[in-house]
Amino acid sequence: MAYSNKVIDHYNNPRNVGTLDKGSNDVGTGLVGAPECGDVMRLQIRVNPDTQVIEEAKFKTFGCGSAIASSSLATEWVKGKTVNEALTIKNTDIVKELSLPPVKIHCSVLAEDAIRAAIGDWKKKHAGSEAAAEPVQAKA
Amino acid sequence: MSTTAVATTTNGNASASVKLPIYMDNHATTPVDPRVLEAMLPYFKNHFGNAASRNHQFGWEAEQAVEKAREQIAKLVGASAKEMIFTSGATESDNLAIKGVAEMYREKGNHIITAATEHKAVLDTCKRLEKNGYRVTYLPVGADGLVSLDDLKRAIDDKTILVTIMYANNEIGVLQPVAEIGKICHEKGVLFHSDAVQAIGKVPVNVIKDNIDLMSITAHKIYGPKGVGALYVRRKNPRVQITAQIDGGGHERGMRSGTLNVPGIVGLGAACEIAMNDMPEESKRLAYLRDKLRKKLEDNLDEIHINGTMEHRLPGNLNMSFVYVEGESLLMGINDIAVSSGSACTSATLEPSYVLKALGLGDDVAHSSIRFGIGRFNTEAEVDYVADKLIDTVKKLRELSPLYEMVKEGIDLKKIQWAAEGH
Ligand SMILES: Cc1ncc(COP(=O)(O)O)c(C=O)c1O
Ligand code: FES
Repeated sequence: MAYSNKVIDHYNNPRNVGTLDKGSNDVGTGLVGAPECGDVMRLQIRVNPDTQVIEEAKFKTFGCGSAIASSSLATEWVKGKTVNEALTIKNTDIVKELSLPPVKIHCSVLAEDAIRAAIGDWKKKHAGSEAAAEPVQAKA
Repeated sequence: MSTTAVATTTNGNASASVKLPIYMDNHATTPVDPRVLEAMLPYFKNHFGNAASRNHQFGWEAEQAVEKAREQIAKLVGASAKEMIFTSGATESDNLAIKGVAEMYREKGNHIITAATEHKAVLDTCKRLEKNGYRVTYLPVGADGLVSLDDLKRAIDDKTILVTIMYANNEIGVLQPVAEIGKICHEKGVLFHSDAVQAIGKVPVNVIKDNIDLMSITAHKIYGPKGVGALYVRRKNPRVQITAQIDGGGHERGMRSGTLNVPGIVGLGAACEIAMNDMPEESKRLAYLRDKLRKKLEDNLDEIHINGTMEHRLPGNLNMSFVYVEGESLLMGINDIAVSSGSACTSATLEPSYVLKALGLGDDVAHSSIRFGIGRFNTEAEVDYVADKLIDTVKKLRELSPLYEMVKEGIDLKKIQWAAEGH
């Protein structure tokens, strides 16, 4: 399988690899996929409680090169966005940006799921506050 | 993979250079040995005759070359030349053996026994027969990759006509106890076919000692050309008959019609003769290289797992899982090395290797597997390069692996509720 240059670039130089303290109140953690399926993504965000802007994002991924690239790209894209803006990122945007072939679409779906799961986790921690009152957008 | 580069590997105090990319996927196919090519060339040029032309020199030359090749092949496996039927490769040989016996012995019975780890050429042929009213038993294998002789004995009944079990597996290289399997078959009056594609020329194979009645061979796994193979069909004790699957001019004593691929057959013959002469030394060298690769990887990486028994295995095969690293991402990191993976992400069906699953490995371990096939033209410097590159890449990917991090923190992955998308 030939990879696009962007996938290769993210694979060789993954952005924002790492771990945030999942116990911290301003951190949201999304862990999606399953080892048996050959792909597990963990995406974490640190959110500014006042502005709701995602100030930091980290990932670790077990999966193919496209899965690694999708999650690396996802961390780049969510950074600087508010949580509600981040929820508008679609897997199809990732497919387009990385020129993923059809068999690799599920890798991008996983990245979208990871963003939603991380934001969902953060919102849960802040249940009762303003952020939680905002409805989570329906999945495309 | 089209560019050729030269890299240097430091191996203790010795430093040797290797040419990139490195081919270490010799179970998929092998390069043609220059000696084999040399033997073949005249049969494309001056000696282009049809081996079935009985009335001129062109035909006689071709026929002579074919008969010489038949001898060379037969000699390598302890058969007689008349017992070799030329085919287009092992897929055809497997089809001809299994369907040919099934059709010929239909009156006697309709039951066939095979194993879960067979090549698709055998499994899919059996599946086809199931649709046509045959019964097939798929024997399981243990974690070592071997079938149990007791299971086999229990599976044979009065309707069993054929047992088909491979000599050496193409993914994990394990050698089945063929001689014992053949003995059981003969005691019960059942024919025994073995797909010996990966074993021929790598380990001593002898159809008499191994009690084999039909055996599939292909040239391209033994440094011969692609698209040519043979089926051994025993002529006495017992005399095996098969129903032809391709009708036509009645070549190969009616068992396989079609004008013979003379240059290919000459190549197959030459490949067998070379393998026979080189095997004692070559198998030692390959085992040394394989063991060196294994040791280097084991000394430098934790959480690795060898798939299948090391005790009964082809000398050039190593199949290892680098747990918590997904196989396709690993291949991407070592893209100047040609090996293959049992990972689902590398397959068109997104299913991990059925051979590894048959060993009882979890899918996660199957996803992390790499098959190394070390062959005649691999050097020690290449093995060092492959080991070093692999160690670096696995370490890098484990930095990226949430699973590796969790395991190192003492989390039991089996206890996590994974929110899996339907994969
Ligand atoms: C065990 C085994 N059987 C059969 C085959 C098919 O052989 P061929 O490519 O000659 O059809 C192969 C090779 O792919 C093999 O490894
Ligand atoms: S993770 Fe399996 S194909 Fe991407």
